[in-house]
Amino acid sequence: MTVQELPGAAAYRPTPPPAWKPITDPAPLLPDPEPYRVLGTDAVADADPELLLRLHAELVRGRRYNAQATALTKQGRLAVYPSSTGQEACEIAAALVLEERDWLFPSYRDTLAAVARGLDPVEALTLLRGDRHTGYDPREHRIAPLCTPLATQLPHAVGLAHAARLKGDDVVALAMVGDGGTSEGDFHEALNFAAVWKAPVVFLVQNNGFAISVPLAKQTAAPSLAHKAVGYGMPGRLVDGNDAAAVHQVLSEAVARARGGEGPTLVEAVTYRMDAHTNADDATRYRVDSEVEAWRAHDPVRLLERELLERGLLDEAGVERVKESAERMAAALRDGMNADPELAPMDLFTHVYAEQTSQLQAQAAALRAELDAEQDHDEHGTEAGR
Amino acid sequence: MTTAAATAGGRTTKAKPATMAQALGRALRDSMAEDPSVHVLGEDVGTLGGVFRITDGLAKEFGDDRCTDTPLAEAGILGAAVGMAMYGLRPVVEMQFDAFAYPAFEQLMSHVAKMRNRTGGAMPLPITVRVPYGGGIGGVEHHSDSSEAYYMATPGLHVVTPATVEDAYGLLRESIASDDPVVFLEPKRLYWSKADWSPEAPAAVEPIGRAVVRRSGRSATLITYGPSLPVCMEAAEAAVAEGWDLEVVDLRSLVPFDDETVAASVRRTGRAVVVHESPGFGGPGGEIAARITERCFHHLEAPVLRVAGFDIPYPPPMLERHHLPGVDRVLDAVARLQWEADS
Repeated sequence: MTVQELPGAAAYRPTPPPAWKPITDPAPLLPDPEPYRVLGTDAVADADPELLLRLHAELVRGRRYNAQATALTKQGRLAVYPSSTGQEACEIAAALVLEERDWLFPSYRDTLAAVARGLDPVEALTLLRGDRHTGYDPREHRIAPLCTPLATQLPHAVGLAHAARLKGDDVVALAMVGDGGTSEGDFHEALNFAAVWKAPVVFLVQNNGFAISVPLAKQTAAPSLAHKAVGYGMPGRLVDGNDAAAVHQVLSEAVARARGGEGPTLVEAVTYRMDAHTNADDATRYRVDSEVEAWRAHDPVRLLERELLERGLLDEAGVERVKESAERMAAALRDGMNADPELAPMDLFTHVYAEQTSQLQAQAAALRAELDAEQDHDEHGTEAGR
Repeated sequence: MTTAAATAGGRTTKAKPATMAQALGRALRDSMAEDPSVHVLGEDVGTLGGVFRITDGLAKEFGDDRCTDTPLAEAGILGAAVGMAMYGLRPVVEMQFDAFAYPAFEQLMSHVAKMRNRTGGAMPLPITVRVPYGGGIGGVEHHSDSSEAYYMATPGLHVVTPATVEDAYGLLRESIASDDPVVFLEPKRLYWSKADWSPEAPAAVEPIGRAVVRRSGRSATLITYGPSLPVCMEAAEAAVAEGWDLEVVDLRSLVPFDDETVAASVRRTGRAVVVHESPGFGGPGGEIAARITERCFHHLEAPVLRVAGFDIPYPPPMLERHHLPGVDRVLDAVARLQWEADS
């Protein structure tokens, strides 16, 4: 039944008896044998120079953001930070392919995607600073809360995209997940629902090599994560996750496909997490330096910068200007994070239910009394000390 | 537990015998007709009308897009409902049987219960999760669990369970209209219980969060909900012969919990028994008994007693009558309330 037919008994017909027709040729759904690349290939000639420059500037800012946030953990300003250094191309492309009306469903490592989509850099870090869970209104930015449980945001993306289509809105949801997240049941259920419902969703798997310490080979026996798409009846695309132009192109095609009513796509971006899982992790226990160094040669920022310099689209002065802009962003982030957040203990009870239950009212009153007693004590203490 | 007649727009509508299942279906239908953002989804809810036929006719009346047969995956169903609610719909999810809801627990605990809180109030999730629960219908294993304690222990959820035909309709309408997520527990052994009820002009019921005194009495209070209400009503009638005048409180809503109605009743009677069929250890009865003790200690003539299911996995159907608290077990507890005489 199409959306237009929606209400009314006249349009109703029960699901017809099952007529199982296997897709005899899954080839159109299969990913390329090698990750798709644009930079350094003939395809780069077709890339829009302005887009490449924008990607470059955002990549540099993203790299600086990761460095600044990691530094803030060392100063105790952030409880934890899962850096996405090395994965900036995936993050930035995910943000830039979406229209304003579209929705982004990030995981906990995808702060950069949210910031590149326009979220205030300080608001994006409240979860990791520890003052509040989500420092922004998801509806205002059309960015779901950064999701910590693995892959559980993927069914949300499917439901939202489905709902938008039922309402006749031209909205696409892009959901991000890591390689470890593809082992979760919610990943499977989300892909299955999306394919059956033909929901306008794009799934972006950032395969960064490790689920904390566990390498991909211990995570899956599939030929590639993109191959998983075939089992659900959707196309899988394999892309070089360090090639910003390629990720942008593949995601753009997937978004266009979704918007055109052709259903979901699974994109696997092959990349590498240059830093540890978080600042609390010791990556030397599970990987060797030579592997990290090999990936350093395939750095997403340098790949794009080299291409732009070689083609004369960017010069050293241009590189400097981008760096300066990134420094200003980092300085603003430092200032924002060094200002102590104002915490209101009574807010603990404010947003549990639309109306506080009598149980919560009683607990709020008890906390209020504790706070008042503390204040009295402090004032008394000060008086006595004089 | 019956309404003889109700008045609608000046005309009197005659009440007819209706089952709880019919009232629930009617509540879904009326909610969908009133609000186009209400969507029903679940396993077999469309063409089949649900295994208990609660959603019968909804797909035909409103189309497959508003009453949707989903793939067989509870986490996916509830997860998709979260996304639908994020976009402004009011999903009503059917979890076919109590124990089938467990795969969806992560979605319920991590997202449904917490989204309003996580987003500082910016993104409430008006989702109703209908869970047919409890035993007494001869179901084989995984079809008869009483899982209310898990839901009660999760802040952010409302937990509601009707025991009457009127409440089945009224509470489900209110749950769907609520801006908070509601776990709506349907006592499946009462699906075919009947009352004189008028679908055209349903009687108004107390809102979510209020308990109701179903029977007034002076000697002791039976506190119960859902499938155990008829057991307690029967026990109260039987106790008259023993000289006991029992009050019966139907909680209707486990979260929020109506401390006031419960405490007022126990202060009047001085004795209380909490009756439910879910296992007693770590179950709702312990919480309720503690709340009563904290509020009514000086009024109590005896310890608050619990009559609950045994602390065992739900038994095979041929043994379930030994597990489920029945009238005799309730009356035994009432007899034990003569604390002074025994001690």
